[in-house]
Amino acid sequence: MDAAKTSDDESVAQRREGMRLLARATLGELSTAWDAIADKPEVAPVRGPETGLVMVRGKIGGGGDAFNLGEATVSRATVRLSTGEVGHGQLLGTDKARARFAAIFDALFQNGAHRASVEALHEQVAARLDAEDRRKAEETAATRVDFFTMVRGED
Amino acid sequence: MYVAVKGGETAIANAHRLLADRRRGDRSLPAITIEQVVEQLGLAVDRVMAEASLYDRALAALAVRQARGDMIEAIFILRAYRTTLPRFGYSEPVDTARMKVERRVSATYKDLPGGQLLGPTFDYTHRLLDPSLIGEEAVDEPTLKEPGEPVMRVSDILDGEGLIEGDGQMPEGHVAGDLTREPMEFPMARDLRLQALARGDEGFLLALAYSTQRGYGRTHPFVGEVRIGEVEVELELPELGFAVSLGAIRVTECQMVNQFKGSAKQPPQFTRGYGLVFGQSERKAMSMSLVDRALRTDEFDEDIVAPAEDQEFVISHADNVQATGFVEHLKLPHYVDFQAELDLVRRMRREHDAARAGGKDGMKEAAE
Repeated sequence: MDAAKTSDDESVAQRREGMRLLARATLGELSTAWDAIADKPEVAPVRGPETGLVMVRGKIGGGGDAFNLGEATVSRATVRLSTGEVGHGQLLGTDKARARFAAIFDALFQNGAHRASVEALHEQVAARLDAEDRRKAEETAATRVDFFTMVRGED
Repeated sequence: MYVAVKGGETAIANAHRLLADRRRGDRSLPAITIEQVVEQLGLAVDRVMAEASLYDRALAALAVRQARGDMIEAIFILRAYRTTLPRFGYSEPVDTARMKVERRVSATYKDLPGGQLLGPTFDYTHRLLDPSLIGEEAVDEPTLKEPGEPVMRVSDILDGEGLIEGDGQMPEGHVAGDLTREPMEFPMARDLRLQALARGDEGFLLALAYSTQRGYGRTHPFVGEVRIGEVEVELELPELGFAVSLGAIRVTECQMVNQFKGSAKQPPQFTRGYGLVFGQSERKAMSMSLVDRALRTDEFDEDIVAPAEDQEFVISHADNVQATGFVEHLKLPHYVDFQAELDLVRRMRREHDAARAGGKDGMKEAAE
């Protein structure tokens, strides 16, 4: 029971992380990965792709109770593969094509035969994001102030 | 009384055609692209997103271009656009402690974990016009350095001594209100006030914040910290039963720390004002935090003595789309209203003149 729950938690965590990465994948990354897949299953739309709004919430004082900060555009799609898996894609912005691809890859991730190629896409996106984050962090670090104390003159 | 009149269709069509022409400007110059607005006028885009209360850089840039750079017009257009979209849900509250910080400065601590990170700031520039920007001179790549330790929250440092109030808590069971769903009512809870301030007009909030500094409701403020950077937006998916990340948005957060001498209910301590704004907008986040603190009079047994402390005054007038709608509607035809007023003034004038004439002849007409 416990072991089953742990592996369940683990697969949820993997899928969540995969969806996080798919939400950030570029259209180029997604379409290239799709083109590379052999034996593509048929993809049927279940919902969308469609664009709407999510109300982004903040926390009072940064860590307190929630308040509504403002909305953001979000595009989402749900698809069903001919092999049976249902996938969800959702991301900031109005790009419905990316949302549809994200849903397809979320579905493919649940299919043993395609899992490895989806993981390869995840890794590719993760590597790009890490490099971008790293670069930004280095740019910011270069603007850090190094204080030094002036020696006061005697009299 | 409203009377329907027709006419003006051709004039309106031609006016809009002329607007499109003026918007395009000199055809021998290349048209500005949305990508150029996003990349090179990014802070204008950020202001439009913040005050339209809709985070979408490309759409905000389109609005800026469509409005010929008129910010409030752009905000109006984007605010109107958001009403055409369905609402998918409410995000998990964003966690600014986990922000990927691009700038963070504190005015209260010189040496603090994470340090003073200036980021891409106008501070310390000389505000001299730069002729090199007239042309297309090459721009240097930024300097890179090994990142240091994680950036710690200033409020957590003060919290360790117990000398500062905690993050804001609403009463038990309180559900965050949403201005886009419910009409405004006063008194208004802090969560709703923050939503209104977050989309309030930057100039209005700046002026109110300034008024508190000049003595109209003193709050003894220090910038505990200002930070700018990206935070993840997560949405719970009911189909799956867990929250997934939709991507990241850039926000500016200000923690204002205010001296407080204590009241019957509370010991002397620091109190706080909070600002959180879409995009990079330090002026707005700082103004918001000052006004947030000024509006918390009821929590600290303070008298309302200044405009910035009067929540009905502040919140009712902070929205520039509402404000511009009501002010600018005055230029629309009021022909009938004015005719009525003109009639009235003419009659009053006749009576006034008659009364004066009557005054000379005796008092008999004054009795009328």
